[in-house]
Amino acid sequence: MMPVISVKNLDHYFGTGQLRKQVLFNINLEINTGEIIIMTGPSGSGKTTLLTLVGGLRAAQSGSLQVLEEEICGVNQKKLTEVRRNNGYIFQAHNLHGSLTAIQNVRMGLELHSNISPKEMLTRSQAMLEIVGLGHRVNYYPDSLSGGQKQRVAIARALVSQPKIVLADEPTAALDKQSGRDVVEIMQRLAKEQGCTILLVTHDNRILDIADRIIYMEDGHLISDSHSEQNDLAVNLG
Amino acid sequence: MIGLLSKLQRRTPLGWLQLSHHRSRLLVALSGIAFADVLIFMQLGFQNALYDSNTRLNRALLADIVLISPQSRNMQNLATFSRRRLFQAADVPGVKSATAMYIGLVTWKNPQTRRKTSMQAIGLNPEQPALDIPEVNQQLEQIKLPDDFIFDRASRGEYAEAIKQVDTGKAVTTEIDRLTITISGVFPLGASFGADGTLISSEDNFLRLFPRRRPGSIDLGLIKLQPGYDQKQAIADLKFHLPDDIKVLTKQEFVKFEEDYWKTESPIGFIFSLGVSMGFIVGVIIVYQVLSTDVNAHIKEYATFKAMGYRNFYLLGVIFEEAIILAVLGFIPGFVIPLGIYKLAVNATNLPIYMTAARALTVLSLTIIMCMLSGTIATQKLQSADPADMF
Repeated sequence: MMPVISVKNLDHYFGTGQLRKQVLFNINLEINTGEIIIMTGPSGSGKTTLLTLVGGLRAAQSGSLQVLEEEICGVNQKKLTEVRRNNGYIFQAHNLHGSLTAIQNVRMGLELHSNISPKEMLTRSQAMLEIVGLGHRVNYYPDSLSGGQKQRVAIARALVSQPKIVLADEPTAALDKQSGRDVVEIMQRLAKEQGCTILLVTHDNRILDIADRIIYMEDGHLISDSHSEQNDLAVNLG
Repeated sequence: MIGLLSKLQRRTPLGWLQLSHHRSRLLVALSGIAFADVLIFMQLGFQNALYDSNTRLNRALLADIVLISPQSRNMQNLATFSRRRLFQAADVPGVKSATAMYIGLVTWKNPQTRRKTSMQAIGLNPEQPALDIPEVNQQLEQIKLPDDFIFDRASRGEYAEAIKQVDTGKAVTTEIDRLTITISGVFPLGASFGADGTLISSEDNFLRLFPRRRPGSIDLGLIKLQPGYDQKQAIADLKFHLPDDIKVLTKQEFVKFEEDYWKTESPIGFIFSLGVSMGFIVGVIIVYQVLSTDVNAHIKEYATFKAMGYRNFYLLGVIFEEAIILAVLGFIPGFVIPLGIYKLAVNATNLPIYMTAARALTVLSLTIIMCMLSGTIATQKLQSADPADMF
């Protein structure tokens, strides 16, 4: 079985000329379908940079980066934009559009897929909002929703098109313990139901338990991967 | 076509939703556009009124075809040509009549204030109505009397008393150079840039004002065709029959000839075009301000859309959607308000200021271009919506 994400010898640099700084050093990583991966580490460790590279939000510079069996290192902007449509994104700040209602925001996640009719877009958006527990708030504007509710709308938006990969950056950072917990549990449940892979960057220790694998990064290096540790453990024990 | 329609149906009207969500900003934008439109409408309205008033005399001529010297520049600067040309023209098939008109500028003493001022004098044939002004044609008998003139009641200057006197039947006398003339009647024409006022009389009376002019040299030849006769054919025949020292124009062309003079030789064209450009630029700046503020306010959301996989092209579409909505909505008050101002202006200036469908269409097009232009400049801001910065 081909891994859903395959990173080989990935380096990344910021800046040019005198100010050029290497931020990722020889990253090697394989992620399989349906895994929930948490990337953690101190600030500046490069975990968010890695996330943006895997998500096609940044162009990879050197090495190999295969996502859904397609090489995306070295492709042009147009191709990268297309690649992004297969992913769902959840940001720390929900980034919902203030002039759109909850259901309109979720619908934006479907508009890019031309095979879905307008009617179907509305029914699916409605259904998604119900799943995240906001069925009664579909016509509310973001400024009438709480932080947790906004983040749930963002999740609905990210997942409504049933993406293969979900990328989340500190989704619980702005939320209290209960809301944060609810948010990641919804993500976990939907991921299992839709069979998608989740890549989550976080500092939040309260949610580490939902992960299948924890990847720890420091100073641009991949320090430890609990998957391989477990494997090593299994090998040692077995 | 169907594909485009269905595409539009699926699309969230993001531009409209963004604009309508911020009421006060929308109103500011619409006021700005309306203001620019009002400026442009007023400039065009006044310009048109001036061209109108300057061609009033030309349009009042009772003629199908007009003959002028090629040296003539406008109604107040006509070069003379030989009356013989009229006789030659009369021979051309289809011509019903060929009459002469003399026009010149005189200095007269205002009968009321006794101060000298310049006046346009017209000498016409009393046996043949040359102007489409009923009051003039009703008084053709009295202008046969020696030194008897009729006067434009809409002339510019202080004439109210004198006109009142003439209206009650009492004649008014005044001087032109050393000649004493009588004003026995009035008619309505209107002042223009070229002439503050007009006096009309017979050819003989006119020539007495200009002792150095030869009766054989006339300023305008007015040609009337047989009813129903093919105008194009007549013109071709006249051009063929008459030598090159005479210009043959249809009445329409003669009106345009006058208009073109004022467009190019006077500052009217330049001044009002400048005014229109200023109005346009004001509009562009205001709409640009609104659109770029709008883009800035939504940069994060746009970057999010880019992250989701929306192309730059889509976001450009949103901005242009906003530009068009602003243009159309802003045009509504921008059209209605000038209607009111025109009325006020007519009362204040006595100029013929009015709205035309062509002008409304022109300003609507300018408004749309104005908004699209602002939109194009505002899209520069979009470049900074970088999805990678969202994380």
